[in-house]
Amino acid sequence: MKIRQLSLFLENRPGQMAEPCKLLAEAGIDIRTLTLADTERFGILRLIVSDWQRSRALLEQAGYLVNITEVVAVEIADRPGSLGELLALFEDTRIDIEYMYGFTLGREGRAALVFRFNQPDAAIELLHSAGLNVLEEVEVYHRIEK
Amino acid sequence: MRGGGPAVSWDPPGGAFHPASTPDYLPAARMRELQLARLQNVVGRAYARVPLFRERLDARGFQPADFRGLGDLERLPFTTKADLRDTYPFGLFASPIEDVVRLHASSGTTGKPIVVAYTRADLDVWTSVMVRAFAACGLNHGDIIQNAYGYGLFTGGLGAHYGAESLGATVIPVSGGNTDRQIMVMKDFGVTAICCTPSYFIHLMERAAELGVNIRELPLRAGIFGAEPWTESMRRHIETDSGIQAFDIYGLSEIIGPGVAIECPCHNGLHIFEDHFYPEIVDPESGRALPEGEEGELVLTTLSKQAMPMIRYRTRDITSLAPGPCPCGRTVRRIGRIGRRSDDMIIVRGVNVFPSQIEAALLAVEGALPHYQIVLTRQKGLDNIEAQVEVTAEVFSDKVRALEGLHGRLCDALEQALGLRVEVTLAAPRSIQRSEGKAKRVIDRRQ
Repeated sequence: MKIRQLSLFLENRPGQMAEPCKLLAEAGIDIRTLTLADTERFGILRLIVSDWQRSRALLEQAGYLVNITEVVAVEIADRPGSLGELLALFEDTRIDIEYMYGFTLGREGRAALVFRFNQPDAAIELLHSAGLNVLEEVEVYHRIEK
Repeated sequence: MRGGGPAVSWDPPGGAFHPASTPDYLPAARMRELQLARLQNVVGRAYARVPLFRERLDARGFQPADFRGLGDLERLPFTTKADLRDTYPFGLFASPIEDVVRLHASSGTTGKPIVVAYTRADLDVWTSVMVRAFAACGLNHGDIIQNAYGYGLFTGGLGAHYGAESLGATVIPVSGGNTDRQIMVMKDFGVTAICCTPSYFIHLMERAAELGVNIRELPLRAGIFGAEPWTESMRRHIETDSGIQAFDIYGLSEIIGPGVAIECPCHNGLHIFEDHFYPEIVDPESGRALPEGEEGELVLTTLSKQAMPMIRYRTRDITSLAPGPCPCGRTVRRIGRIGRRSDDMIIVRGVNVFPSQIEAALLAVEGALPHYQIVLTRQKGLDNIEAQVEVTAEVFSDKVRALEGLHGRLCDALEQALGLRVEVTLAAPRSIQRSEGKAKRVIDRRQ
């Protein structure tokens, strides 16, 4: 149910993002989606990749600090209002969204949202009870590939 | 002539010990007699053979014959690093050059290097104190010692080398640098002890982990670390991560090189080999002698050196003489670990800053000491102090808020500790250059 996300510490200097991306490309690893959280001082590059174990090994060998986090990916309709409906589910719950990002699945007007919850298991239960499709790791790759 | 004092002979209480360590256990009264005899001898030698020393003594109206008790030492002038530079290269030698069998020199980062000299007997003394240092760390015949101190003009390499050989250990003279080869040697040759700077050993641990070598699984059990000040937190970091016992060794080329003082397994100060090196603690400002236990600048007098006797040499190292006996049974006195040097001090916007204060603040926030560097710049006439702190796996998070929080706590802790605002930069792991010798913690770009 949960998807492994890689987080990398980057210094806030030009060219910092290119290096890890190049490293993964050379190893034939696909980046499914990514987001960069940047501040004035540093950046955190968050990646969902086709082979997280190999990616972690490669990046750590190159000296990167890699953090593995379990995130939850939910499939929703790619139309106005669908995000709002989903977020409404978490009102009045003890489940906090630490951060989130989205990407389109590239077919059938569907999109995926990636969430970092403080209580991922409770969140998954809630999403299931609302009839939403929580994506498996392989499913994420499969759907994007289509 | 080796000091000319009473012969050293004394059976220490119980336990196995290396015969060379006998003087470590001399009763205090016997040690004082020996020191006085050797002091009288060395003062006479320096007066007769070193013009600068003779001039200074004459100016005070003091003759070597006036030296009657250990208390008279305070009446003698200090010797400083500047004296060594001013008399460059051979001006403080008390032996003719043909009796000098070895020269070493400092790196000379601030102009001309300082040159130090040894007669055959001086080298024997140096070797004997290094044997005693290794023995205090529990090393002996049968140990395999990787000597990763630099060989060359620097005293670390050869000093440790001859000491380890004389101990009867197997010595690997790998010298400094080439980290991957160091790790290969450590693993393949069954190394049981290593000599290097503590910061370089931390670098070796990091690199070993990257190469998939688990130091905990190797026979390595002791590290003899010196040539730079280091902290208890670095010791904990090293011992926890590598499973070895870390010993602090102290020395300086002007006195002899490594082997002036060493930790025993009690790790509560460094035993000073005071039958050869007489310690005093003085107020760094006034030069007045301080009572036992009080912190001040360490001043050393060589008691048996021939080629280059040092009388009351100002080491610039800040420490104190530890009161009370050591549970290990050694009777030679102990100095506290050297956390700072009086010339380590940097002045930023009129505030005195020691790297040890910065380390304590970083340690308090992170729980372990990260690799760091201090960069001083001047913008529009105003000093700026920046602490570049590497982010470690322990503190890294995928959440921006967590890293921002860490940044804020580092800023606050440093401001509290130093009394001035420090710009903190979170740096990528391994982005700050590692040194193969002494760690360079402060980069001063102020012009």
